[in-house]
Amino acid sequence: MSKQVLLIEDEPNIIEAISFILSRDGWSVKTHSNGADAVEMVKERRPDVLILDVMLPGKSGYDILRELRDDPDINGLPVLMLTARGQTKDREIAERAGCDAFMTKPFSNADVLETVRALAAK
Amino acid sequence: MPRDTLTGSRIRERRVMTGLKQSELAKRADISPSYLNLIEHNRRRIGGKLLVDIAHALGVEPGSLTEGAETALLANLREAATSAEMPEAELARVEEFAGRFPGWAGLLADSQRKIETLQHSVEALTDRLTHDPHLAASLHEMLSTVTAIRSAASILAEPGVIEPEWQRRFNRNIYEDSARLADTSRSLAQYLEESDSEASETNAPQDELDAVFQKVGFHLPALETPQADVDTVAADLGQGLSQAAKWLLQRTLVRYRTDARRMPLSDCADAVAASGSDPFALAARFGCDLASAMRRLAHLPEDILPDPVGLAICDGSGVTTFRKPLPEFPLPRLGAGCALWPLYRALARPMMVHVAVMQQSARAAARHRGFAISQPIGQAVAGEDVLFESHMLIVPEPKRDTSETVRRVGLTCRICPHPDCDARREPSIMVASAPRKL
Repeated sequence: MSKQVLLIEDEPNIIEAISFILSRDGWSVKTHSNGADAVEMVKERRPDVLILDVMLPGKSGYDILRELRDDPDINGLPVLMLTARGQTKDREIAERAGCDAFMTKPFSNADVLETVRALAAK
Repeated sequence: MPRDTLTGSRIRERRVMTGLKQSELAKRADISPSYLNLIEHNRRRIGGKLLVDIAHALGVEPGSLTEGAETALLANLREAATSAEMPEAELARVEEFAGRFPGWAGLLADSQRKIETLQHSVEALTDRLTHDPHLAASLHEMLSTVTAIRSAASILAEPGVIEPEWQRRFNRNIYEDSARLADTSRSLAQYLEESDSEASETNAPQDELDAVFQKVGFHLPALETPQADVDTVAADLGQGLSQAAKWLLQRTLVRYRTDARRMPLSDCADAVAASGSDPFALAARFGCDLASAMRRLAHLPEDILPDPVGLAICDGSGVTTFRKPLPEFPLPRLGAGCALWPLYRALARPMMVHVAVMQQSARAAARHRGFAISQPIGQAVAGEDVLFESHMLIVPEPKRDTSETVRRVGLTCRICPHPDCDARREPSIMVASAPRKL
């Protein structure tokens, strides 16, 4: 059975491109575009890796990550965070919130693929 | 202690004016001509008995040889020296430099002022980039679109077979996203262009306001007539200013006109003729508060006053909101002044008038009398604390023997030589080698 990635991102064309490259690599990709109910979605889907954008409608990626880390049921999930601002400050906030990897837009497809593979192998 | 006046230059000027030869003056003062020559070129410091002797030989008051209007120039040169971490031995020769190369010294001081202004504007721009929500949103939008284009384009560019249906989808996505990117970047460029022309790039609003008053003076005849219209004057003086500076200007002009109506110019002239630059006399004559009287004095034409007067107004946070400096009592352009000024002391005891004779530590002679009061602003509201604003009127004070305490104050800490000062908030470049009191 193929491993599952959940992508939470609100930009449709980014969703399409990332879904395509991960599916082609053999991953089962699920997507979601709203921050407000993202935590429930994660707990329902139980993915092997989570890709989480920071700027989401409803709730920020940082808040979603903190809630996941506080939940003993799901806190071991590997998380890759995506952000459009690459300042050290953002990286710090993300790391303090407990992300496993961090990428700034615009990223390359190869980097995303490599990072997701590495996170799943952990 | 370094003396920051060009005493030597003044001695030379006086000597030439009286038509006295250098050797003759040296003889009368009982020193060698070569030593006098060094003094006249500000290469030797002079004070005490020798100064009195030379003044006597020239037939002038000793004080007139040590006073001058170079304070601002020397202050700027010292600022420049601080940023360059000039050794103390060099710093002690600042007078000599200003005296021997006045043109170069002026140029250096101007450059120093420009650098300060530019630093300020860089800070303002950085602030804007970090905190402007529109800018942040536009950049985020652009980066997201670029990411989508890059991902889709690299899928198409990479080797390997892609089904025609996916190819079409990614082609269409790239096409759509590139159109969106074009829109966002166009609107961003437009936004930057507009904000650029609006907020006249370099200066803080307060600086722009200062520049207006420097140019037209502090007395505005157009606001002295009974039918004076603030809006007309504001439109005239506010040309080319940023929105923020226009707002400040408007506020200042409204106050000016209110004061001018309560204290008409001809009556003020009578009051000043009777009692000089005395804010108490003016307030009593017109039955108004002291701060209004101070503002009125600062805005009167200088020819009806015994001497020009200065004014500083600060809000409860100590930030200067209005500045009228005097040649011998400069007010710092950026940041706050000396915490010993009555201006700030008044904030601690509102409604009490603080009067102090001040002598700036960095200067050899000039004295000023400061009148300060901190008064409430705005309407009183039941159960609410009021906000205070402090005014300080600065009146030149003749130098004479007095039983009053003469307070030694500074301009700003960095260029103040006052050795043991509890109000110090920054080390001085003038006492670099002295042990610091912590």
